[in-house]
Order: sequence, then C-alpha cells, then structure tokens
Amino acid sequence: MTKDLIVQHGLTEEEYQKIVTLLGRELNLTELGMFSVMWSEHCSYKSSRTFLKKLPTDAPHVIQGPGENAGVVDIGDGLAAVFKMESHNHPSFIEPYQGAATGVGGILRDIFTMGARPIALLDSLRFGPLDSPKNRYLFSGVVAGIAGYGNCIGVPTVGGEVYFNEIYNYNPLVNVFCLGIARKDRIFRGWASGAGNPVLYIGAKTGRDGIHGATMASDSFDEGSESMRPTVQVGDPFTEKLLLEACLELMEQDLLVGIQDMGAAGLTSSSCEMASRAGTGIELELANVPRREPSMTPYEVLLSESQERMLLVAKSGREGEVLDICKKWDVDAAVIGRVTNDGFLRVKEKGVVVAEVPARALTDNAPTYERPADAPAYQDALQTLPLELVPEPKDCNAVLEALLTSPTIAHKGWVFEQYDHMVQTNTVIRPGSDAAVLRIKGTDKALAVTADCNSLYCVLNPYTGAASAVAEAARNLVCAGARPLALTDCLNFGNPERPDIMWQFILAVEGIADACKALQIPVVSGNVSFYNETRGLSIYPTPIIGMVGLLDHVEQAVSQGFKAEGDAILLLGETGEDLGGTEYLRAVHHREQGTPPVLNLEREAALQRVVLQAVEQGLVRSAHDCAEGGLAVALAESSLSATNGPLGAEVVLDRHGLRRDSLLFGESQSRIILSVKPANREKIEVLARQDGVPCSVLGFVRGQRLMISIRDDRGGTALWIDRTCDKLDTMWRGALRAALDTGEGGHA
Amino acid sequence: MSISLRVGILVFPGSNCDRDCQHAVSQVMGAKADFIWHKESMLPHVDAVIIPGGFSYGDYLRTGAIARFSPVMAAVTRFAEAGGLVLGICNGFQILLEAGLLPGAMLRNRSLSFLCKDVHLRVENADTPFTRRCKPGQVLTLPIAHGEGNYYADQATLAKLKARNQVIFRYCTKDGEVTPEANPNGSLDNIAGIVNDAGNILGLMPHPERCADALLGNEDGRLILLSLLEAIKSGRYAPKPVLAHNVS
Repeated sequence: MTKDLIVQHGLTEEEYQKIVTLLGRELNLTELGMFSVMWSEHCSYKSSRTFLKKLPTDAPHVIQGPGENAGVVDIGDGLAAVFKMESHNHPSFIEPYQGAATGVGGILRDIFTMGARPIALLDSLRFGPLDSPKNRYLFSGVVAGIAGYGNCIGVPTVGGEVYFNEIYNYNPLVNVFCLGIARKDRIFRGWASGAGNPVLYIGAKTGRDGIHGATMASDSFDEGSESMRPTVQVGDPFTEKLLLEACLELMEQDLLVGIQDMGAAGLTSSSCEMASRAGTGIELELANVPRREPSMTPYEVLLSESQERMLLVAKSGREGEVLDICKKWDVDAAVIGRVTNDGFLRVKEKGVVVAEVPARALTDNAPTYERPADAPAYQDALQTLPLELVPEPKDCNAVLEALLTSPTIAHKGWVFEQYDHMVQTNTVIRPGSDAAVLRIKGTDKALAVTADCNSLYCVLNPYTGAASAVAEAARNLVCAGARPLALTDCLNFGNPERPDIMWQFILAVEGIADACKALQIPVVSGNVSFYNETRGLSIYPTPIIGMVGLLDHVEQAVSQGFKAEGDAILLLGETGEDLGGTEYLRAVHHREQGTPPVLNLEREAALQRVVLQAVEQGLVRSAHDCAEGGLAVALAESSLSATNGPLGAEVVLDRHGLRRDSLLFGESQSRIILSVKPANREKIEVLARQDGVPCSVLGFVRGQRLMISIRDDRGGTALWIDRTCDKLDTMWRGALRAALDTGEGGHA
Repeated sequence: MSISLRVGILVFPGSNCDRDCQHAVSQVMGAKADFIWHKESMLPHVDAVIIPGGFSYGDYLRTGAIARFSPVMAAVTRFAEAGGLVLGICNGFQILLEAGLLPGAMLRNRSLSFLCKDVHLRVENADTPFTRRCKPGQVLTLPIAHGEGNYYADQATLAKLKARNQVIFRYCTKDGEVTPEANPNGSLDNIAGIVNDAGNILGLMPHPERCADALLGNEDGRLILLSLLEAIKSGRYAPKPVLAHNVS
C-alpha cells in the first residue's frame, strides 16, 4: 500500500499501521476504502467520543440513549417518541437543493428504521448575509430542497431556525431534525443477531453516487470543493415514501430481527455496525446487490452512498414474506447475505472473497483522540466590551425597526410557507411560535418540538453559549406548555486538529452537560460535524439543540401571540446589563463582542417550573421567550403574532439604573413574557413568589400601537417606542422576501 | 352521522393525505372510510370516493399524469359515470384533470414555489352535493399546500364553466372580494375548485380534511365533508346499477 493511497483515503500513517496490526496483514484496496470511511471523523467520532461521555443520558423514561440510529423516550399510552438531528453541511454547500434534500431523507430513515412513523421535521440553518448572490442561491436552494423532499414524503416541516452571519459565508449549516412515534413494545434496532439469519437489501438500486461522502464530511473545504459535486447524492422522496411504508408494514408483520439505514458509508457501515452491536459477523455476496450501473467494483458497491436504501436482518425462513411486501410497494429487495457467528464482515463477489475484516475492527477499534485544546489568543479581546464606546440610541424606534428587519429576527414565513407544515393533521401550534406542537392522535397528549442555538454566544463563551442553547430550547418548550423530555444535539465545529477548536468543543460539551443536569433533561441522540472550515476560517461553534417536550393535555398548548385586548402583560425573570453578544450590538453597532448573557441554571429551572405550573392551571393566554432583540422585540413579536391580526400593547419598563438599550434590547437569559386575563395576574404572582422568580406587570394588551415607555428611577416616564402595529407587521413580515428579491437590507 | 355511510379513499404510491382524509371522515365525521389500493380494478361497495392529496408516483412527470393510468382510475370513472360522488383534493384534483373527468389543467404556481398557508375561499355555488351546507357567497378559510395549483383552461372551457355554475370556489379576501392579491397561485379567474358538467365530481386545491377538527383551530372544512355525507344520505347520488354491466 503506497503512502499516497493512504493519505488520499484520509488515514494517517499511524492509523494505517494500527489497522495492519489489527488484521495481522496488509490491506487490499477494498479494505482500505472500508477503513477509510469507518475510521473517518464523520463515522468514528474519534476526536469527540471521549468528551461526549460527559453528557447525561439516563432518565427513567429513556428507552434508548445514544449509539443507535435515534434516541427513544417513553411518552405513556404505550407509545414512544423517537428523534434525532443530523448535519448535512458540506453537501449543501456544494449542491444546496440535493444536499439539503438528502439530509432530510437521511434523518427520516434514521427514524423509521427504529419502527417509528415520522411525524415532524425541523431545520436549523445558517448562511452568510443575503446581500451576496451566492448566499441567496444557497439559502433558496436549501429551503427548496427541504421542501421538495419533506413535502413529497408527507412529513410536516413544523419549524426550526435560520441565522445569518458572515462567518457562514463559505460554510453554511444545514441541520435536520426528525421526530417519529412508535409503539413502545415495537422498537427496532440495528442488530444482526442469530447466525444463519438472512441479510436483505431493500430500496433504491446502488449507483456510483456519494462514494466517499463520509470522508468528504471529515475534511475542510478549499477552492476546489465545487468540483466535488459528484460526491453529493441525489434524493428521490418518492422511493423513500415507498420504502417507509414497506418498512413499517414489515415491522408490523414481525418479520425482522434488526434493521439499519444505509447512510454515510452505505453498505459498509450498516453491515459492520449491525454485526458489531450484536457481536456477530455478516457475510455478503455483492453480486446480489441491486445495481443501477454496470461494472461497478466491490470497492464502489461497498462505499456507495446512494440514497433510500436499508439493510435488514430477517427471521430465518421469513425472507419470502419480506420480498412479497417489498413487491407490493414496488421496492427492490434481495437477499444479499447471512449472519455468521465468527465476528467477521466477509464480502464476496461471485463467491470470491474481496474483503474480510473483523466487524469490530471497523467500529469499536477505531482510534480515539484527546487532541490538544487551548483557548485562542484572541479570546480575551473578543470578550472585552467597553460599554462607554457604545452610545445609547437616541431613536429607539429606528433600532426596533432595524432589529425586526434583520434577516435573523425577521418573520420566517417565506421559509415555512414553502414547507407543508400541516400534512398529517397534527399541527396544533404552527411554525413561528416558540415551539411547534403536534397532537398525538388516539390520545389526549401532544408533543412540542424546537431547535435552538445562538452561535454568537458560543464563540464569545462556548460553555455559556452551549448551556444557553439547552436552556433556551427548554424555555421554548415550556412557553408552548410542554414539559421537556429529552434532547438531541448536532455539534457543528471547525477543525478538531486545531487546539482552539478543540477548546471550544470541550467547553461546549461541558456547558450542555451542566445545563442538562440542572434542568434534568437527558441527551438521547446526537451528531458531531467537525471540519466546518473553509480556507482556514472556522465557523462559530454551533451546538444546535433539538428538544422534545410532552403536553399531557393538548388543549393546554400555548402560542406566543397576544390573545385579547385588556390582558395583562407580565415579565417573569429579571433584566440586567446584558449587551454582550446581542443581536442589537451586532446589527446596530456592528460589534460581535463581549461576554454573552449570564445564565444561572437554578433561576432558569425555577422560571420554567413557574411557567409550567401557570400553564397547567390554565392561567396563561400567551407565552414568549425573550431571545434575540430582547424585550422590545419579544413584545413586538407577541403583538404581531396574534391570530387574527396584530394586537397592540402599552408597556412601562422600570429603569432600575440600567442603560436604555439594555432594558429594551439586552438579552438577559431566563425571561418569559406572559399575557394573562387580568383576574389571573395575582395567581401567577403568587406562583412566582413561591419559587423566588421575579414577576413584574409590564402593561396591557391594548389598541393598535406598540408603545413602550421607560420610568426612570426618579419616577419620570418617557415614551421611547411608539409605532403602529401595521407598520411593524409589514416590515417584519416583508424583510426576508425583500432581502431575497433585491439583496438590499440583507446585510446580516 | 349514520355508520352505514361508506367512503372509499384511493391510495396511490405517493399519496400522503390518505390517512388524514380517513381520520377526518371516520374519527371526526363518524362515517366509514376504507382505503382502496391503486392496483384494484373494481371498487368495493362505497357511497363516495375521495382522491386524496400527495405526490402520486412522485409527480415526477407532471402532477397526476401517471396516477390516471392506475387500474383503479378506470373503476372510478365508471363509478362517476353512473352518478357516484367523487371528491378530489389537491393531487386528487390534479389526477381528475389528467384523467379528463374535470376540464382544464394545472400549471406551476405563479411564484414557482410550493405554498402552504391558509387562504380564503368564496362559495360560488352552494347548490352542489359538496357545498349544500354552505351559504352562497360564504367565505371559508382553508389551507392550501401545493406547488402546482395554478388552474388553467381555454376561454371556451372557462365560459362554459361559468355559464353552468361549475366554478364552486374562488380565492378571495377575508371579506369575500375576488382580487388578484387574494389569488395565491395565479389560478385563472381565481378558481380554487370546480365540478364536472353533471355536478357529481368536485376537484379543489385547498384541503378540507386539514380543518375539520376544532383542535386544529378551524372547522370550515367540516362544511364540505358534511355536505358530502348528507348528499349521500339523501339518496340522490347513489350510483346507478349500470355500473355492474360496465365492468369488463
């Protein structure tokens, strides 16, 4: 084996030597290809595995934690919620439509392979500013790709988030989350147990697409990346829909022992992982693999990442029934091997052995690294924010308008109206609120879902930023009336071989772990995406948290929009001098610096307890988390999100010695705005007092203007924000489309 | 609603609103709803047929263009010719157009993008088996979710549709005005739904099954489903026995 070949396969000399030691011999080219993908960062988690062990994964309701295709939690009534989030960043940059579409396809398979019918999708997206035509092309293409796949297969895309920042110019992020529902007693896993059981291939035919996709996802980008377009697969949602229905029918008939999606590293990863989990071996005959192209080599068949394929292990003697069901759904199927008890993945082509390696050598024996980690030299400078250099705004109306039209805060209707967010008729709270809520037919319950991360907080302080992502996700669920159950994470970072990136990663994982412990939310699945770096420039650390919560009574679902004239507006939580890392500082003062808002996890937990109690007692008409843009933006969003057109608000904020911009636009954590019937105000104040959560009455839902006054510490009051709701509504709802149409105002 | 009413819901490969329609008809409206697989060449005993939304055969060639060749569509055609009630929703409407059971064709949305949102519809003709519970001119709110809902017909066909009151729903403002701004997809004359000449086949782009349940915040879709079930009950739309002879 030449050095060049080893390097081309993304393996180091040491790694190659380790493989030779494991096998006791040199590798052939096919085997080199298999190790190349399985030992890639993408498949092996070699730089992250040690640190991910810090995440809490246990709770009484967890049925399946990390390590399977998706996490599973008990939701009562004999049902389980199955969910996971994954990245498809690199393919989406190279080919936005297909990259995003196949990201959706992949995560859907992770869910239905567990025996669950997918009921909802979310997407977390990051792009560079829309004043660049390239970014507009990427953004539009990704949204169209998600729509094209999700709409066709009939799974509603009910939310997500989009942020715009220069740092994503050459490395956009496309993270896709999927939630499914399964019967608790019928969860399937990727296990190849029972020597002699037949191994079946079902789904689309294998072609030469996507070979070495996993290796591509484990490397940084450069000028030549566009030439990698052929490594991006093409999605076929129609085939996936048939595959989905066929799989669910197979599972209902009790024909299967184990099942796994052929995702990254295709046939190689699915077969060796299934054998390795069960402690068995698998023998494959490649000649039986359905193919789309002639004269493919074993290397190509094993590494192809053609989409819409699954590997099954059936009960012995039942393969005929499996083939019949596949035929009904017009899905290709073939017996391509059998389970053995020798622990080897043995691959034959027309009876001739072309690869023979211990299954566990590909999986469990992959190296793990504790790479050097060190804070970057610029970190101190980044965290320094001399407030005296930030003038207080004289025209707060202009600041509010600038924030509402900043693409990151602007209404995302242009995005989610392209997604079918209602199919399956479960969407009780639609996209655009703190969390989407889906009823569970046949029960009184509902599930709430959200995805969150503020990556600016994360670059300023990876620990606090990541912990805040967990806190915000939980807060969003609580605002919808749901009790957080568990989370999945998608950790997007730069090149782990750089000490500053490893430092960010380790701190972020610690932040997530501590927030999970404090809020008692286990991590049940996840994904790490390293090498998000182009021409040496890394993205901000972006650990996205996807979280699922349960409502015992679907009628209790709460949305963010004000409901009725005369309702009292309450703020739970406390406003401090938190301007570091805010959208205000970034969009208005062009500064990305400071320390992110302080997060006190005990206060956060108390706040969430109080709001949940209030919701469960039926006291809350609307609830909205204060996030990017602070109180002023949150109030505007509640005003403009009222169901039948905007409802104004008259609000007075006490200054408490704070700067005007901190009060209006600061992003202090652990704050929720409620609107309640005036008669229920005191009940909420009592609940808050019992748990030591500050509660103040800000004002009332009234009229057709948003009016925010500040009362100074001597008792004088001045009106700082006063705009008609109609004007704000037009700006907020129109900003994203305007930025896309003209590129104007698109500078993030 | 009497349990004896039976609605058949077609399932093509790629249908994805089949289960939603079943839920709305059975759980919400209380009638029986059975799936009919697209490979069936005869319909079981049903009182009406719903062709649900989705992406039959992936809609890769043209929406509904492949589904019309499924064996079940010949049976549906015979059922309709005998006077049976057929409701095509979204992709179901597109299939009915491709099958020639309704006049006209569907183009891509004016925006060239898929669009999912609530729209307002004006009931243009309340004297049909699908709208008998509505008032003439009543404004309904229903969701749309499609990429190709831009209805088109030639001038002669349009004139005939209008003359015979076959335009059943038009996109309108919340106050019932039919304006270009209220038209979400560029559809000719703001048309959202039409019936055939005999009045027993309705195709519409919006989704009544998505707003039949109070829990989802809007029950306007019930009016259409309720109209259909009451029309069946009236006995006026029972398919004539000629059906049996046509089966060859």
